[in-house]
Amino acid sequence: MESNLKIALVGNPNTGKTSLFNQLTGLNQKVGNYPGITVDKKTGTCRLSDTLNAEIIDLPGTYSINATSADEDIVFDTLVNERNPNFPDVVVVVAEVENLKRNLFLYSQIKDLGLPTLLVINMIDQSKRKGIQIDLTLLAKELKTKVIPISARKNIGIDELKKVLLDYKSLNSEPVADISEKVRGFFFEHIKDAFPNYSIYKSWLLITQEEVINFLTPDLQGKIKHFRSWDHKIKHFQHKETIYRYQVLHEILKNTYVVDRTKGTDLRGWLDRILTHKILGYVIFAFALLLIFQSVYAWASIPMDWIDVTFARLADYTQKHLPQGTFTNLLTDGIIPGIGGVLIFIPQIAILFFFVAILEETGYMSRVVFLMDKIMRRFGMSGKSVLPLVSGTACAIPAIMTTRNIESWRERLITILVTPFVTCSARLPVYAILIALIIPEKSFLGIFNLQGLTLLGLYFLGFGAAFSSAALLHAVLKIKNKSFFIIELPNYQLPSLKNLGLTVWDKTKSFVLEAGKIILAISIVLWFLAAHGGKKFKNIEEIVTQNSTSREKNLTPNQLQNQIDAYRLENSYLGNIGKAIEPVIKPLGYDWKIGIALISSFAAREVFVGTLATIYSVGDSSENVNTIKQRMQLEKNDEGKPVFNFASGISLLLFYAFAMQCMGTLAIVKRETNSWKWPLLQLFGMGALAYIVSLIAYQLLK
Amino acid sequence: MNDTIASLKVGQKAIICDIAIEHIPLKLLEMGCLPGKVVELLQRAPLKDPLYIKVNGSHLAIRVETAALIEVRPIETGTLKL
Repeated sequence: MESNLKIALVGNPNTGKTSLFNQLTGLNQKVGNYPGITVDKKTGTCRLSDTLNAEIIDLPGTYSINATSADEDIVFDTLVNERNPNFPDVVVVVAEVENLKRNLFLYSQIKDLGLPTLLVINMIDQSKRKGIQIDLTLLAKELKTKVIPISARKNIGIDELKKVLLDYKSLNSEPVADISEKVRGFFFEHIKDAFPNYSIYKSWLLITQEEVINFLTPDLQGKIKHFRSWDHKIKHFQHKETIYRYQVLHEILKNTYVVDRTKGTDLRGWLDRILTHKILGYVIFAFALLLIFQSVYAWASIPMDWIDVTFARLADYTQKHLPQGTFTNLLTDGIIPGIGGVLIFIPQIAILFFFVAILEETGYMSRVVFLMDKIMRRFGMSGKSVLPLVSGTACAIPAIMTTRNIESWRERLITILVTPFVTCSARLPVYAILIALIIPEKSFLGIFNLQGLTLLGLYFLGFGAAFSSAALLHAVLKIKNKSFFIIELPNYQLPSLKNLGLTVWDKTKSFVLEAGKIILAISIVLWFLAAHGGKKFKNIEEIVTQNSTSREKNLTPNQLQNQIDAYRLENSYLGNIGKAIEPVIKPLGYDWKIGIALISSFAAREVFVGTLATIYSVGDSSENVNTIKQRMQLEKNDEGKPVFNFASGISLLLFYAFAMQCMGTLAIVKRETNSWKWPLLQLFGMGALAYIVSLIAYQLLK
Repeated sequence: MNDTIASLKVGQKAIICDIAIEHIPLKLLEMGCLPGKVVELLQRAPLKDPLYIKVNGSHLAIRVETAALIEVRPIETGTLKL
């Protein structure tokens, strides 16, 4: 069966567009990336008839085709650039009953592009309760299309929509609002002459957007540049166009749309007053955050332990049952722990996204944005930066992706730059083992557990570092601040389980694929460096066996193997690297083994524990923290003092709190900012900070 | 000084007269904030900024600096019913 019909779903945020997408495609969804940029591309297939499958493209929510954010650029390019692989055959504009006029504004723009466009009015089941009456037949006639009333959540009207989609060729392509007549006659006459093959509105859009137009022929590009030089008029015309569109829509709706204002409740106003109250609002938000943290850390630990144990067993099993050799080693020491290292974060990420999805679906998130904007702005960020910073407690990678709806580039950039300071879940295993080693298990003032307090302190340190560096960037960044902030405060609604489930599935999958590729690749490289070495590396077993058996007589085969492993690591390429950087990290209180762990942490911070476990030759006992802990406690430096003492432990904690040790985050920052400048600033800036702070801490405490 | 959205009292309604086109993002107009439309200030955020307004059927939050660029004519409560 062929899948050649491309259908794009477009609509304002909060119209239930995603519900419709889920209804049409179910689990037949793919999340990918648009070539070159990182906005998630959501597509899915839908069976329209026995002989035809359609590809549905879910475009980011937008209020207008004039793009002002990274998300909206996608909508513009998909609908205007006929070379875009997703350029649709037919566009479905999703509107909802209550805000129909504003929804139709977007519809009118898209309709005027000349694409076959049809209108879906969602949440039609609520119109009665809200006292809304719509003359659908007349509306369809005035809008020059077909109008299908649906309720995506209740599965009303979906079959009818599919039927109309099959017959999309009968949709006419006339414009709804002829801007050339009303806005400025002669200017548009010129445009019309210059671009005979495009609808007048499409030509106008190409001229007004600052976006790339390199999909056009050089000839057309030249013409566009010519028209763009009339700069001062363009903005004025855009305003006139907007006003004109609303006039047209006002006339159309006057005859087709009636609202009985006495219907409807003021639940919204009541909830707004509570949720954005000057005291209660912050208290409720603090509780919401506490609940999220509690669940991300407490509830997630059960499945995380399970995944950890399962992968340890799997590695064990393959090692015992597969024939010995390079491939088996790669599998057991490289690939399996590598994959496990990614999958272990699934519970936390999934739980976090579950809560984030609830906050967004219910409409609460917008209230938080409203509540926090002023505070965040003091740090050069926006109310919309709250979500990325909260998400950062799970993982900076998806958190940075949620900055896309921040309109101001400056505010978005600062948010992206400071998010990696937030204590992410990958730092937790490192913190856990170091705290267990250096902080006594005593209580403070009788109630607070000292170890717990230290962990809490590290969280505050992470947020503190994020906000201080934001304040610093705010003061020094010389980017023209086109400060601009608008957010819609949508109606409250109960979240739909289906949507929540699919969102969590979607985001988790895309995280695993994105981060997974990088972490897996680095695990393999690390394995290679640890499993290969120079001259001494060869006859290692004999050397160790000879040395050991001459010194100690009663070595068990296990102890002997451990010594072989340790010696092997010391002489591997990885060991050589560790030794090479030892002079640099010695002032911080670290030896070459910690140096190796630091380097391998660049794949992902939590690799620290696993690396130390290997180095201290306790084999693969990641499930048995006590053993690693004991080994670490016993580890002595040249002077015979413990390597992991209070001073070096604090120094390490601080290093992990501040350093940018995450390739995945660097890669995503590179793609989101479209430049190496910012990820490199993070790498060296955060690295320098980590080094200096750890150095001072160690030198003071030792 | 003329009244702007930023100078309204909470709960007060007004008609938008003029919008400083050069400084106001197009997006605000596109979301329904147009000359001639009634705007109501629903709430100020706890720290006085941003403002929560209802205009042309849309519930929006905008910053004071933007609101201060939108001139309005307050509607005397009781004399005009909209």
